[in-house]
Amino acid sequence: MSKLHVTTSVNGEPVEFLTDPGASMLDALRGPLGLTGTKEGCGTGDCGACSITVDGRLVCACLMLAVEAEGHEIATIEGMADGETLHPLQRKFLEMAALQCGICTPGMLISARALLQKNPDPSEEEVRFGLAGNLCRCTGYDKIVRAVMETAAEMRGAA
Amino acid sequence: MNEMSTKWIGKNTIRPDGADKVTGRAGYAADNTMPGMMWGKVLRSPHAHAVIRSIDTSKAEALPGVKAVVTAKDIVEFPLDKSVMLGIQDMRWMCRNVMAREKALFHGHPVAAVAAISEEVAAQACALIEVDYEVLPHVIEIEDAIKDGAPILHDFIRHEGKPSNIAGTMVLKAGDIEKGFAEADIVIERTFTTRPVHQGYIEPHACTVSYAADGRVTIWSSSQGQFMVRAMTSLLTGIPQSNIRAIPAEIGGGFGAKTIVYLEPVAVLLSKKSGRPVKIVMSRDEVQRATGPAPGSLMTVKIGAKKDGTLVAAKGDFYLQAGGLPGSPLRGPVGCSFAAYAIPNVLSTGYDVVSNRSKVAAYRAPGAPHGAFAAESVLDEIAQALGLDPLDMRVRNSAKPGDKAIYGPNFGDVTFVETIDAIRKHPHYSAPLEKNPRPGVKRGRGVASGFWYNAGGESSVQVNITEDGNVVVTTGHPDVGGSRASIANVVAELIGIEHSRVNVIIGDTQTIGFSNLTGGSRVTFASALVATAACEKVVEQLKDRAAKIWKIEADAIKWQDGMALPAGDNAGKFPPLSLKELAAKANEMGGPIGNQTQLNTTGADPGYATHCVDVEVDVDLGIVRVLRYTAAQDVGRALHPAYVEGQIQGGVVQGIGWALSEEYLYDAKGRVDNASFLDYRMPVCSDVPMIEPIVIEIPNSKHPQGVRGVGEAPIVPPLAAIANAVHDALGVRFYDLPMSPPRVSARLEAAG
Repeated sequence: MSKLHVTTSVNGEPVEFLTDPGASMLDALRGPLGLTGTKEGCGTGDCGACSITVDGRLVCACLMLAVEAEGHEIATIEGMADGETLHPLQRKFLEMAALQCGICTPGMLISARALLQKNPDPSEEEVRFGLAGNLCRCTGYDKIVRAVMETAAEMRGAA
Repeated sequence: MNEMSTKWIGKNTIRPDGADKVTGRAGYAADNTMPGMMWGKVLRSPHAHAVIRSIDTSKAEALPGVKAVVTAKDIVEFPLDKSVMLGIQDMRWMCRNVMAREKALFHGHPVAAVAAISEEVAAQACALIEVDYEVLPHVIEIEDAIKDGAPILHDFIRHEGKPSNIAGTMVLKAGDIEKGFAEADIVIERTFTTRPVHQGYIEPHACTVSYAADGRVTIWSSSQGQFMVRAMTSLLTGIPQSNIRAIPAEIGGGFGAKTIVYLEPVAVLLSKKSGRPVKIVMSRDEVQRATGPAPGSLMTVKIGAKKDGTLVAAKGDFYLQAGGLPGSPLRGPVGCSFAAYAIPNVLSTGYDVVSNRSKVAAYRAPGAPHGAFAAESVLDEIAQALGLDPLDMRVRNSAKPGDKAIYGPNFGDVTFVETIDAIRKHPHYSAPLEKNPRPGVKRGRGVASGFWYNAGGESSVQVNITEDGNVVVTTGHPDVGGSRASIANVVAELIGIEHSRVNVIIGDTQTIGFSNLTGGSRVTFASALVATAACEKVVEQLKDRAAKIWKIEADAIKWQDGMALPAGDNAGKFPPLSLKELAAKANEMGGPIGNQTQLNTTGADPGYATHCVDVEVDVDLGIVRVLRYTAAQDVGRALHPAYVEGQIQGGVVQGIGWALSEEYLYDAKGRVDNASFLDYRMPVCSDVPMIEPIVIEIPNSKHPQGVRGVGEAPIVPPLAAIANAVHDALGVRFYDLPMSPPRVSARLEAAG
């Protein structure tokens, strides 16, 4: 079957690409778009390593067809920092050692940002349930939860 | 030199690889591409146990877009009658694990591989490969595999003179075990089982390889040792090591399981045959089905004690699943289960049991959590029967410096009691715990300890002064949890400069000297040791250069805060020479400044850990939740405390998964029934509480900074600690893991 043409926006920039009809958004990001920051841990929506947002809504890119991006706003880890200025979550993850191997980190950061946009003042329990779709095997989650809560406090203070 | 100054050592600096990892720029194994690249795919056995009569690849090869097909006949064969070891891996088994040879030994065992212009064409080609199987009866569980009449996996294996699935044994003993039990006032013997668990790294195995026209090979892959990748690929392909450049990608978790190869030799042969670069990425299904796991176990532990709690005898029989090929980590339970205790009479025996499962791979303190589950559960029962505090009983029985360890050497420092005391003194241990907070809910507290050997071994490092007077450090070990950050701290401290002026990278096999695996909790220990030696040499060079410039003796110069200074008034009056100034004059004063140090490091003293956990059991639903967890460990010296804590927290949560939810399920045909992250249930964020680490720092006297390995000991106590807590909650003791809701419910129903 011939490829389909998709026009979309990724991290605020207009993007066009060709895709097989059956390819996932994750395949499109990592393949033709060259955005390998979004990771594949399972391909079945169970690990959250491929978390992106579509029009601000948190999505596993592996569960979305690439053609579904047509006309929508996609945001990935590559667009999280503002040039050289890291997003507060990115900075706090580094300062608080909230990553070890780092493979879950892009998805974790995208999920955490989506959580804080909905809930700027989450309790520990709310953070834990908010990130329950993102597997991390290295950290035991402790420093991730603390980093997200500290970031939330900092962002509230700055707002 | 016991370097204890603290400008950078002990500081939570930002890791050198950090910015790349939070922005998605870090390059992991699956992130690489090459011009003209083909996609490789592995065809896997649909049977748990079958003779491979023949393989016909002609239809696959004729499919347009297929560039190469390989089978076992392309892989170097290691005959069954002669062992060839690479580290702890026997190449007889490795060559048969990467590609099935005489037999398919588990569902998912590779039987062929294809390189094609796309993943889709490669998959179509795999479907066209015709394999003539003679399906054999299979056996999965240890209990079944060691029965008379069990299907025998390997004709060449004999145990006690008969064909058997017991591929090997290991025995350690001390004293007279029968005499010991005769002297005991109390003897408790219990049988335990644990299920195989997967290491659960989020990054599937992947590699990109290029076999060039001149026979030179480049491999980009994530592993726990680029030198292991090079050596195993060389052995399995016949290509000399000098022609294989193994470049370590960032590794997305390994936990021991990426200490062997699955894909790299296969991809190299596909690349050689096709004349094109080849990339292979495993699916999660393939990872769960055909890599790792840690073995399941069947264990009987018998311990005898005097009324006062003095342990007099301990016997353990540890059967571990090896998977389809021999090689389970017997030294874990056999050597570690009783090692921290001064027990005069010990008999500890391990049995390596093959069955039709994926070949096991190392997982964090391989084998030790199993043994600790058994031994520390029995100790808990003894303490309870004698009316003793379980921690007091452990203190009474701690091994002492100079004691002969069951596994051979005499102990140097023994810092076990310090970990027990840390828990005894921690508010957690004495905090009130409401045992029955509401109807249908019971709570309990448990403790357990753990021992792990830790390792030294070969490490190489380069410390080079850049022309502009900064420092680049190259090490030979993949960084799985922050080792670059730790080494940056050490080098900044020793050279006496700002941390930001030190950059630590990981070299590939052709740019840095041999360095053994990232495993055995060895990397920070060994890297810091060689980096220290290299920094000392570099400082000597810097002092020599200053001596030449000032025309005085090098002895009359000291190095302080990144500058050469006259050592005293007698040396003369000179303004300090900074690293930058010396670097700028390097070439006129004798050439580049730098050092490569390569050592077989020794002095890695064992790790000790003691944990305390509170659990809550929903009696109706059988759900066990961890409410509070405190983990004490002697780490020697925390070069980067946050990453030390992270090792402890991560290990504990893996242990929680092992204890409560993780297990492999097999169907009647011997196929893994839960090869996904949905059905293989690792802890998620909402399953666990904060994990409080107690980082004890008693410097290891054999290490320049006092470092002791950290990463593995934290996974040793949790299984037993949680089982002991569940017992405290319910009055029912679990001898079988995981304590998952169906099992807990069934057990509670049986108990009435």
